[in-house]
Amino acid sequence: MDDEVKREIILEHYQNPLHRHKPEKDGYEKVNTANQSCIDNLDIYVDIQDKIIKDITFTGEACAISISSTSIMIQNLIGKTVKEALEYIDNFDKMINEKEYNADLLKDANVYDNIYKQNSRKSCAFLPYRGIREILAKYLEE
Amino acid sequence: MNREDFPMLKNDIIYFDNGATSLKPKTVIDKMVDYYENYSANAHRGDYDISYKVDMEYEKTRDLVAKFINAQDKEEIVFTSGTTESLNMIATGFFANIIEPNDEILITTSEHASNVLPWFRLENEYGCHVKYIPLDSNYHVTLDNVKKAVTPQTKIISLAHITNVIGDIRPIKEICKFAHEHDIFVVVDGAQSLPHIKVDVQDLDCDFTAFSAHKMYGPTGLGVLYGKKELLDNLEPINLGGGMNESFDSPMEIILKDVPTRLEAGTPNIASVIAFSESINYLNKIGMDKINERELHLRNYLVEKLVKIPHIDIINLEADSGIVTFNVNDIFAQDVAYYLNKYNICVRAGNHCAKILKNNTNVNNTIRVSLAFYNTESEIDMLIELLKDKDKIMKEMI
Repeated sequence: MDDEVKREIILEHYQNPLHRHKPEKDGYEKVNTANQSCIDNLDIYVDIQDKIIKDITFTGEACAISISSTSIMIQNLIGKTVKEALEYIDNFDKMINEKEYNADLLKDANVYDNIYKQNSRKSCAFLPYRGIREILAKYLEE
Repeated sequence: MNREDFPMLKNDIIYFDNGATSLKPKTVIDKMVDYYENYSANAHRGDYDISYKVDMEYEKTRDLVAKFINAQDKEEIVFTSGTTESLNMIATGFFANIIEPNDEILITTSEHASNVLPWFRLENEYGCHVKYIPLDSNYHVTLDNVKKAVTPQTKIISLAHITNVIGDIRPIKEICKFAHEHDIFVVVDGAQSLPHIKVDVQDLDCDFTAFSAHKMYGPTGLGVLYGKKELLDNLEPINLGGGMNESFDSPMEIILKDVPTRLEAGTPNIASVIAFSESINYLNKIGMDKINERELHLRNYLVEKLVKIPHIDIINLEADSGIVTFNVNDIFAQDVAYYLNKYNICVRAGNHCAKILKNNTNVNNTIRVSLAFYNTESEIDMLIELLKDKDKIMKEMI
């Protein structure tokens, strides 16, 4: 993916993020995820039924990287089982941290494959994943 | 002006984060190096020449600071680690001993965390109440609003002299006069005022003042607690240890030294204290009036250009200090800061530790430019050029 395409995808998800609202019905798990070193602060809501992610929404304020990353995460995780979602997150984690990963699995999230070059923004890209991973881990155990 | 005095300015940066910390002139750095290279000994050990010199230099700074703020006596100057420690010592070491349930402490929502949380702790532990002086439409404090907020229960008014987000200068002298007529103590957070305007503690008649050396073109890790002598005498030391005790034999038999030594337990930040003397010399040499005049000129220059950019909202149009706080419409403050960083411009984005101010401004996060006398019109021009083009910001912020 060339840099111009990446930039366009990021900006599109920043300016028109998916599901940036509170859930419209009850039964969602909520998690707050914030970066201590900056001012990103998001609440993420997840609806999980029979170990399948039915819906994700979010609210809060954060930078372009965090917001777009959250939107892309939502696009990619809805419909996945908890186990699949955790694998996806591990894969994203590996990409951010320059380890071997499966690029095919990540789809649009590949736009952050160079983010490791900007150390201060790695945590921005990973912010939503840190939050949702906590919730999913609980469901895996059950 | 005076740019050649600052080694940091030889780097290719535009430094607009002076409210967070200021750059240091070469004389301050040299003074610190001189201590480490030529007479690096502990204080209070005057049995040999270099240690004696340390004591002399250390106390010389105390004297200079006392004169700089026109304290009555050099014993009213206590060295601490910074404004934060000074304010915590005032709240916990002095007021915790005299506060009573239902007493009221007046602050504002635009205070920095270090002038909020120590008072919250008193409320949580002693049942007193933290109340807020209402801000006017410019988010400023007026004497009238102070008068309205004071009740028979008010015991303390604690205010920043200049706030770190809004940059307004509070009418401290008038507030002190009114407060003292009503037996209310006044604490002044001077972190943002001491580097930029003349502060005369006797003229203000404040009871306590706290400030930090590193914001005054001095070294990090050093602050000052000023208190009227009779109040400092009753400030209980939070730290006990070496240097501050006269003698001890048992828990019942502890004799402490007098202030300010009593309040400076352990080996102090000697290198910073000694080097801080050169910051004071430097400020005296230029003159606080000249510094203030230059910084106001720069502020007006910046604001005049910023208001012409339609996609920029200035939060503090009215202010008498070098602090300008704004947002670029529809762009998160931190993204703007990242973008400017690509051009080596240092600004700060966030809530600037004033986390309850959002209740008034309805804005969570902002970009803050805080100017110092060494900033220039051409640096401001560069900033304006970069902020003018919103598409460019959008394109380059990621």
